[in-house]
Amino acid sequence: MNNFMSLISGLLFGIGLSISGMMSPKKVIGFLDITGQWDPSLALVMGGALFISIIAFKFILTKSSPICENQFHVPSNTKLDKAIIIGPIIFGIGWGLIGLCPGPALANLYTLDFATLSFVIAMVTSMVLTDKILSKS
Amino acid sequence: MNIVNFTPIPSLIGGILIGVSACLLLLFNGRIAGISGITKGIFKKNSGSDKLWRSLFILGLILGGYMSHLFGLEIGNSKSVLHLDTKLIIGAVLVGVGTSYGNGCTSGHGICGMSRGSKRSIFATIIFMISAIITVYLTRGLA
Repeated sequence: MNNFMSLISGLLFGIGLSISGMMSPKKVIGFLDITGQWDPSLALVMGGALFISIIAFKFILTKSSPICENQFHVPSNTKLDKAIIIGPIIFGIGWGLIGLCPGPALANLYTLDFATLSFVIAMVTSMVLTDKILSKS
Repeated sequence: MNIVNFTPIPSLIGGILIGVSACLLLLFNGRIAGISGITKGIFKKNSGSDKLWRSLFILGLILGGYMSHLFGLEIGNSKSVLHLDTKLIIGAVLVGVGTSYGNGCTSGHGICGMSRGSKRSIFATIIFMISAIITVYLTRGLA
C-alpha cells in the first residue's frame, strides 16, 4: 500500500510540475529575473502548493501516525547552522545558472534529452558523494 | 521590470497538485516529499523496502511528466533547451552539492518544510531564492 501511494504521489508531483511550468528552465529563469523581463507564474506554483499543504499538514501531523506506517519521518533538527546557510547559497547559484532544481530535472528525464540526462547524472553523483563525505566527517 | 509570459491558471493548478502530492505522501507514508532527500536515500545503505518506495516515487515523477506531455498539458520542458557544456555540469554539481549539504531543495524546504513551519526551511528557502535571483541578475546576457 505505501509503495502504491509513493508511486501515486510521485505521479501527481510530476503532473503538477509539468502543468505549472516548473519543468521549463526558461520559465524558471524568467521567474528569477525579477529586475528584467519578469514571469511571475512560478510564485503561484509555490503559493498553490503552500496553500494546500500549510492547511493539510496541520491536520495530518496531529494524527498519532500516518496511515501506512508506524511513525512520521519528519526532520527534528532545528539548528540554524552553517550547512543551512552555505548549502542553499550553493544550490541557488546552480539553480539560477541552469534553471533546473532536482524535481524538474528528474521529471524531465522522460524527454530522453541527452543534456538533461547529463545534468541529472552530475547532480545525483554530487548529492551522493557530498552525503558520503559528510557522513564520514 | 516588465511582466512577460504570465500563466497564472496552469501554474496555480500545478502548484495545488504538488501540494496534494506532498499531503498524500505525509498522510499515508509519513514522509516528506523532498525530491533531493528522496533521491539521495536511494543510494544510502538503507533497506530494500526503503529504496523501493523512493524509487517508485521518482518513477512516478518521471511518468507524471510524460503523461502531461501526452495530454498536451505541459508548459515547456528542458528538451533542446539545455546544451551539454561546462556551465551545465557546473550548475548540476552546485545543485547536487548544495541540496545535499543544505539537506533539501525547492520541494523539501520550500514546500514541505515551510508548511511545517520549520525555521530551518524558511531560512533555507529565503537564502536559495536570493542566491538564485542574484545569479540570474549577474549572468543575464551571458550566453
